[in-house]
Amino acid sequence: MTAANAFSSPAASPPNRELSEPCEPLVELKDVSFGYTRDRQILSGVTLTVPKGKLVAVMGGSGCGKTTILRLLCGQIRASRGEVLVGGQSVATMDTEQMFAHRRQLGMLFQFGALFTDMTVFDNIAFPMHEHTDLPDDIIHDLVMMKLNAVGLRGTAQLKPSELSGGMARRVALARTIALDPQVALYDEPFAGLDPISLSVVGQLIRRLNDALGMTSILVTHDIAESLKIVDYIYFISEGRVVAQGDVASIKASTDPFVRQFVDGEPDGPVRFHYPSNRTLEQDFA
Amino acid sequence: MKPALNAATRVLSSLGATVINATARAGFGARFFMALIRQSPASFMRPQLILKEIYQAGVLSLIIVLMSGLFIGMVLALQGYETLVRFGATESMGVLVALSLVRELGPVVAALLFASRAGSAITAEIGLMKTTEQLSAMEVMAVDPIARVVSPRFWGGVISLPLLSALFSTMGIYGGYLVGVRLIGIDGGAFWGQMQAAVDWQHDVMNGVVKSVVFAFAVSLIAVFEGYDAQPTAEGVSAATTRTVVTSALAILALDFVLTVFMFRGGLN
Repeated sequence: MTAANAFSSPAASPPNRELSEPCEPLVELKDVSFGYTRDRQILSGVTLTVPKGKLVAVMGGSGCGKTTILRLLCGQIRASRGEVLVGGQSVATMDTEQMFAHRRQLGMLFQFGALFTDMTVFDNIAFPMHEHTDLPDDIIHDLVMMKLNAVGLRGTAQLKPSELSGGMARRVALARTIALDPQVALYDEPFAGLDPISLSVVGQLIRRLNDALGMTSILVTHDIAESLKIVDYIYFISEGRVVAQGDVASIKASTDPFVRQFVDGEPDGPVRFHYPSNRTLEQDFA
Repeated sequence: MKPALNAATRVLSSLGATVINATARAGFGARFFMALIRQSPASFMRPQLILKEIYQAGVLSLIIVLMSGLFIGMVLALQGYETLVRFGATESMGVLVALSLVRELGPVVAALLFASRAGSAITAEIGLMKTTEQLSAMEVMAVDPIARVVSPRFWGGVISLPLLSALFSTMGIYGGYLVGVRLIGIDGGAFWGQMQAAVDWQHDVMNGVVKSVVFAFAVSLIAVFEGYDAQPTAEGVSAATTRTVVTSALAILALDFVLTVFMFRGGLN
């Protein structure tokens, strides 16, 4: 299966969803801590491993530090403690040249697509190719159309991002993410704000493109239902720590209160419904 | 005693926070400027990016600059005539209009118009690109947003504004001619002849050009910096756009005074 027919091909053999088989780790966070200010830690001693070729979800409520993990992997921020390794190389110690080389191996899908609004869909996907390759225009044209075909949007090439629906924009952003066939794909809340059909399409595309292109993918989301359909392994983050982890079967069967609250969508539990307050209810309503 | 101590602590901590924020912003500004200079050669290697920005900032500002120049020149001629006629020196109207425009009004008013029309647009565009994560997307794609987005806009502004100032002055002089010669009836030969005799290329025209180049650097730098430093929210972009216009206007007027002191000392000698 190739990227060009990733979605139109009949259901391929189910992907191997186990992490138990021996796979070399491609992405590793070792005891990573990070805070934007000294007095507020976003991540506290996070350790996680993503083996090569796997699709791993990082889940947790809003503001728990999921996106921070992606930013650490991109080198946009640096951990205050611990190590962030991609392909065995520490991101924190990379110089500018190494950082640019590292980023050329990454593809990232931003929460709301982050498409360049002054460019057409075609130019958005061609952008990284123009920036990083000397390919002639006709080859770039064919590559862009292949990427667009892979996400089912070949007919939108000349449209502006403002003319696309939310789901279509997300698929175009997905096509741009895989424009240079990255080694590692990072997805930041790819399902946010999508209707059920678009959500399912984007989810299936992420899975199939991961397998077709031999990528390693990290999916940051709080959409448990869709994630359980497509990922190999799940890490749950709460208050900056990994509080649970496991493959899909073990997560479904888990009795861990945090996992249960998340899977069942309970409003209260280990993740509190009320934001902590220094004042009592009586004081506020007196 | 305790409330007074608390109030004093609050004032001190607020003052400290202001100083720290201002220092941090100044440091960020200096690093931003160095990065901009460092990335500029890369922008000149891709002149189509700068040409696009010259179109956006310069060509699209032509209407407002040309129309303003025309009307200001016409008003100058009317007001000048009122004064000159008392001294029987109406033939000097060409000199009055030309010197006022090439020395002062051309560079200053064109820069103020440029800051309002193009500077605010540059800030809003970069600020919105930041808000919608387009700049982050570039970074993650191993493309430096300062080289790809900021530098072409900066140099587009630096190149556009002196040209706009020249066109402003030209239109102003033509406006003065329309009112002075065609409407009031001053002799055309005297209007142009005295202007040609009194306006010095080096002392008047080139000094005006130097002013417009300095203003171009100031306004373009303020516009791209405010956009890049904007808070990534609707309110933040709005505030950054306002800051661009206000800071640019103050910078233009302050720089104009300093430059005028050096160029045309007059009574200060």
